[in-house]
Amino acid sequence: MKRRVFLKSAAGAAALAAPAIKQAAAQPAPTRNETLILVQEYGPNSMDMQGIGAAQPVNGVSLNCYDTLIRFKRKPFAEGVTVFDLENFEPGLAASWQTASDGMSCTFKLRDNAQFHSKRPVTARDVKWSLDRAVKIGGFATTQMAAGSLEKPEQFVAVDDKTFRIDFARKDKLTMPDLAVTIPFIIDSETAMANAAGDPLAKEYLKNNVAGSGAFKVESWKPGTETIYVRNDDWACGDLPKLRRVIARDIPSPSTRRALIERGDADISYGLPPKDFKDLADAGKVRVAAVPVPNAIWYVAMNTANSPFTDVRLRQAVAWAVPYEKIMSAAMFGRGVPMYGGPQPVAKIGWPVPSHYKVDMDKAKALVAAATGGAGLTTSLLFDAGSATIAEPMAILVQESLAQIGIKVELNKVPGANFRGELNKKTAPMVINRFGGWLDFPDYFFFWNYHGNNSIFNVASYQNKEMDKLIDAARFAPDAASYERDVRGFLDMGMDQVPMVPVCQPFHDVAMQKYIGGYHYAPSREPDFRYLTKGA
Amino acid sequence: MRAILLRLVGAIPTLFGVVLVTFLLTRVLPGDTATYFAGPTASPESIAQIRTSLGLDRPLPEQFWRYLVDLGHGDLGMSLTTGQPVKTELVNRLPASAELTLCGLLLAIGIAVPLGVLAAVRQGSLIDHACRVVATAGVSLPVFFTGLLLVYVFYFLLGWSPAPLGRLDAFASAPKQHTGFYLVDTLWAGDFETFRAAAAQIILPAGTLALFALAPIARITRASMLAVLGSEFIRTARASGLSGPTVVLTYALRNALLPVVTVLGMVFSFLLGANVLVEKVFAWPGIGSYAIEALIASDYAPVQGFVLTMAVLYVLLNLAIDLVNRAIDPRARRGA
Repeated sequence: MKRRVFLKSAAGAAALAAPAIKQAAAQPAPTRNETLILVQEYGPNSMDMQGIGAAQPVNGVSLNCYDTLIRFKRKPFAEGVTVFDLENFEPGLAASWQTASDGMSCTFKLRDNAQFHSKRPVTARDVKWSLDRAVKIGGFATTQMAAGSLEKPEQFVAVDDKTFRIDFARKDKLTMPDLAVTIPFIIDSETAMANAAGDPLAKEYLKNNVAGSGAFKVESWKPGTETIYVRNDDWACGDLPKLRRVIARDIPSPSTRRALIERGDADISYGLPPKDFKDLADAGKVRVAAVPVPNAIWYVAMNTANSPFTDVRLRQAVAWAVPYEKIMSAAMFGRGVPMYGGPQPVAKIGWPVPSHYKVDMDKAKALVAAATGGAGLTTSLLFDAGSATIAEPMAILVQESLAQIGIKVELNKVPGANFRGELNKKTAPMVINRFGGWLDFPDYFFFWNYHGNNSIFNVASYQNKEMDKLIDAARFAPDAASYERDVRGFLDMGMDQVPMVPVCQPFHDVAMQKYIGGYHYAPSREPDFRYLTKGA
Repeated sequence: MRAILLRLVGAIPTLFGVVLVTFLLTRVLPGDTATYFAGPTASPESIAQIRTSLGLDRPLPEQFWRYLVDLGHGDLGMSLTTGQPVKTELVNRLPASAELTLCGLLLAIGIAVPLGVLAAVRQGSLIDHACRVVATAGVSLPVFFTGLLLVYVFYFLLGWSPAPLGRLDAFASAPKQHTGFYLVDTLWAGDFETFRAAAAQIILPAGTLALFALAPIARITRASMLAVLGSEFIRTARASGLSGPTVVLTYALRNALLPVVTVLGMVFSFLLGANVLVEKVFAWPGIGSYAIEALIASDYAPVQGFVLTMAVLYVLLNLAIDLVNRAIDPRARRGA
């Protein structure tokens, strides 16, 4: 900030009429200390997170190059690391907001000085256009909006140039958090439409161009190779970032990424196998920011709609036989929080919570004997080749252990594209998978994974009217007491019926040099360049 | 000239076959593109929406016909993983792969041919054994392993080589594009600093490829030289009192070169394939890594585009080898 004020006054003294662009040009080129080098497995496949088929890294473009109405506040987590606060917000493009007295709408006042990269001021019409687009475009964006009861364009009202209102479809505690994720970002609607060539949603243009107001612009994007971000010096929605330039290189080989961070040629390295993170953390030369992924678990699910795991005794037998500790050390390399060996009923309201299961082979054998009359059974276990670094050793350990209780397991490893297809078929008897919702509520997780609406993530195809009642009641609970009662209800029921066996909550690990500060963990897990600092 | 034209026309049915087979293969693969791209929280409706927008809900013959029509217009389709037209990507990435492969091949020839010749001339000597060891090692070590080993030794331990970040280090900017070969373009622009940077980046991956290609070239050079050196015209040349080097280089080598050139063609095609792994280790933005990533994601268009490009390359390569063979060997000229 200081430099900016100084520059302005200096330029002003030198030549009063100097246009703003000249001022920017007069700034020296970014130094190495203002330039960050980040290496990741693969970069964005689009610039438009609302677009269909946008991959995980596109969240980073949304986070850094666009603004949302409101942002999650940051709370400290560890040295040099902050995480998002799900229930407290700070101004983004909206300077202030007010929920109506009946609790059925919220009115946002936009910042007066906010402007897009095109220098156009941000108006309520842009906000409406952007949110309309998110609920109309289909695919993931529309699903995510609907998760926060943001369903129809009629809910979004541009009251005047700087005032915007959202009419709630129902009272839903997910609505406000859902406005702060990487989907409802605000687009420069006039620039987009001017280049849209007749497409009312400007899909093609926005896929290849950023038309936002965010803290960074994309200077160059070579898909599969490199994305270069430069700071937007006119950003109005927060403190100007310290970094002026970010070079994100796509380095497919994890060994190379590890070598780069260890040699000091990269500042931040994303996505390494857990063993590498363990080695790096143990060696202590670089900092490993290990944030347990909110809401997420690795689990072993069993298909409750088809034989043999329709029998709850068999599911419980598996839960008593999963070799938890071996998985933690040989598959996770300690990069996660154990989710087993807890008390029954569960110790706290939240998700994930440790189950009461631990390894007890005698109990498991007895349950199998009771269910099958001592005959044992043969089944198969599905997992994603894309996450095989963790899932494969885990599957082998489960296979070994279940063999001892008379359950013979065949492993079925399928590549990523087929894995989703297999999940959709809902026929696999056993699945190893990982799931975590962006909006960290237990009822949100259970809605996707245990509810009778049978979403693709209800891998166990679990159907239970009692469970549905508890989940639905908790989602729209009128007060804290009834919420707590319902959540406790479905947590304990879930542990007892055990359609999926919780194993552990994984860490989101990121390796960075010790001189990197201000690392912030956002729900989308992508790096937030706005707070990062480099050097002392 | 007419012969070349005939060869090219003769390649058309082959290419059509390649197009048909890759099209069918990509459709027969069990992956479901629409489900994959619908993202993690997709509903059945949004998957159906995507399937319609990609045209995947139509019958196969219709999809194939559309693909052919697009091909006719020079349109290879869109990649879903990178979000870009396949043609642009291939055009951007092909020079990177070609530059790497050619460098690797030249390096391999530069080492393997003299090594093979020496091994043949001094049969049973130390250099002959060295040739055998190098050839065996080169073939038996998988390229991703040699690649990682070289990175570990020369970058990680010794720090002699620059960071394996791709074609240029993060702070250098690419030269103005003429050929797409950075080594050529930088010289063209007279930018020696960037030339040095690009050369430093290419040494390790090219070395990895060269190590892999050494073996067949060295072995075939040695075998072919041995055969030629034992033949009568060499004895005549020696008997006529010609000097050793003249006999070996002018008389023997030229005649021994024919099988070597044929093998070179095969090695070149091998290298284009071996590229895939080397590109992954060295983050080289070539077409091999592009195709692999697309294949994992069931992204049809790039896979089809890649196979088609490779098929065209092979056709051209075979043609080039035949032409070189004719230039070297008068018999081939008469035979055709």
